[in-house]
Amino acid sequence: MLSRRIIPCLDVRDGRVVKGVRFRDHVDVGDIVALAQRYRDAGADELVFYDITASPEGRSVDRGWVARLARLLDIPFCVAGGIRSVADARAVLHAGADKISVNTPALERPALVRELADAFGVQCVVAGIDSLRDDDGAWRVRSHTGSAATTRVSGRGTLDWIEEVQQLGAGEVVLNCMGSDGARDGYDIGQLRAARSLCAVPLVASGGAGGAAHFVEVFRDADVDAALAASVFHSGELAIPVLKETLHDAGICVRR
Amino acid sequence: MDVALVDAGGANLGSVRYALERLGVSPRIVPDAASLGTPDRIILPGVGAAAPAMAALAAGGLDAALRASTVPLIGICLGMQLLYARSEEGDVACLGLLPGSVRRMPASPGIRIPHMGWNRLRLLRASPLLGGIDDGAWAYFVHGYAASVDAACIAASDHGGSFAAVVQHGHVSGAQFHPERSALAGARMLRNFLECTP
Repeated sequence: MLSRRIIPCLDVRDGRVVKGVRFRDHVDVGDIVALAQRYRDAGADELVFYDITASPEGRSVDRGWVARLARLLDIPFCVAGGIRSVADARAVLHAGADKISVNTPALERPALVRELADAFGVQCVVAGIDSLRDDDGAWRVRSHTGSAATTRVSGRGTLDWIEEVQQLGAGEVVLNCMGSDGARDGYDIGQLRAARSLCAVPLVASGGAGGAAHFVEVFRDADVDAALAASVFHSGELAIPVLKETLHDAGICVRR
Repeated sequence: MDVALVDAGGANLGSVRYALERLGVSPRIVPDAASLGTPDRIILPGVGAAAPAMAALAAGGLDAALRASTVPLIGICLGMQLLYARSEEGDVACLGLLPGSVRRMPASPGIRIPHMGWNRLRLLRASPLLGGIDDGAWAYFVHGYAASVDAACIAASDHGGSFAAVVQHGHVSGAQFHPERSALAGARMLRNFLECTP
């Protein structure tokens, strides 16, 4: 039986791992290779690295650290950050990443998703979606979310975009619920359930994990394939082996 | 040890190379038949789609070279699928080193395709390739097509139905999962492939 995945997310700025609260006020939490190694040894199923300043600065992801990670890691990892073309993606994949995640560039030019799927197969192509509930109650996608100053409202409805990226060839969707990101009050179950009902490819929950119970809840109530978190792991507050024990005891299939 | 790592245009060439380097082996990247030589082992990795991968092999004459070779060969993920006679993905003729066809995995409620993540290996029969790997060991899969469980299958896995996870027939073997990304079990299988006597 396919296990549910636990994915620590490492936001990278200038080769260091940082973490913000609701996409603001980033603080340094450590060296990228040391943290990656720590999570691999703790039993992380996969890692995601976001070069969070790549898109705002109009550049692609820094390939130097991708190659360093690829030499070290014997678990899969995904890289995101300013990948705007098949050539950008090829460089990151050839540096050793298993998957690439596209967010802002896909919103600017949706055909990018199809080009990447045609070139590398759908299994390599992850659609990263940053979503926030507007005052009218609708979830809408945000772009350029690397910092509060650059974040823009794309005008697209989140659920429409989830359907569109699958048609274009995304093999996985990471839905980052910005309203709960970094707040540790739990995943946005309502939004993730709505996404799940439209999402036939693997769906990854992101934003809001504050304790093991939140992971139990998101797998049980939103039926996501994987759960991504950052601060709760970076702070040392929740150890992955303890989390997996809790999930196992709750009847959720995890790799231990 | 001379290990030929075949470049079929797949995106995971780098990660397979690094996995071999972690085992102390520096593979030769082989882009065409002329540079294949007479290696001790051949590894055919692959990420992408069957038709372009077969076209890339054919362009360098590697399709014929791999069919003619008797060197121990392992295909990884798409590389394993290319060992079969045909793939439904792009309806393309493949290397034909193993009989049968690779088919699209059917989606069903709760069964998402692509099959992406860690799943268990069910060991079906003993093989040097699986030495030291326990029944139920976890392996990392990412694929939407798969081969059925037949006589060559030495380990299966399940995702909406059984499929071939590891195959071995004579000098030809294959892993549908990614040993280069499957932690200890994956490293063990790669080491077994390098060390086991065909």
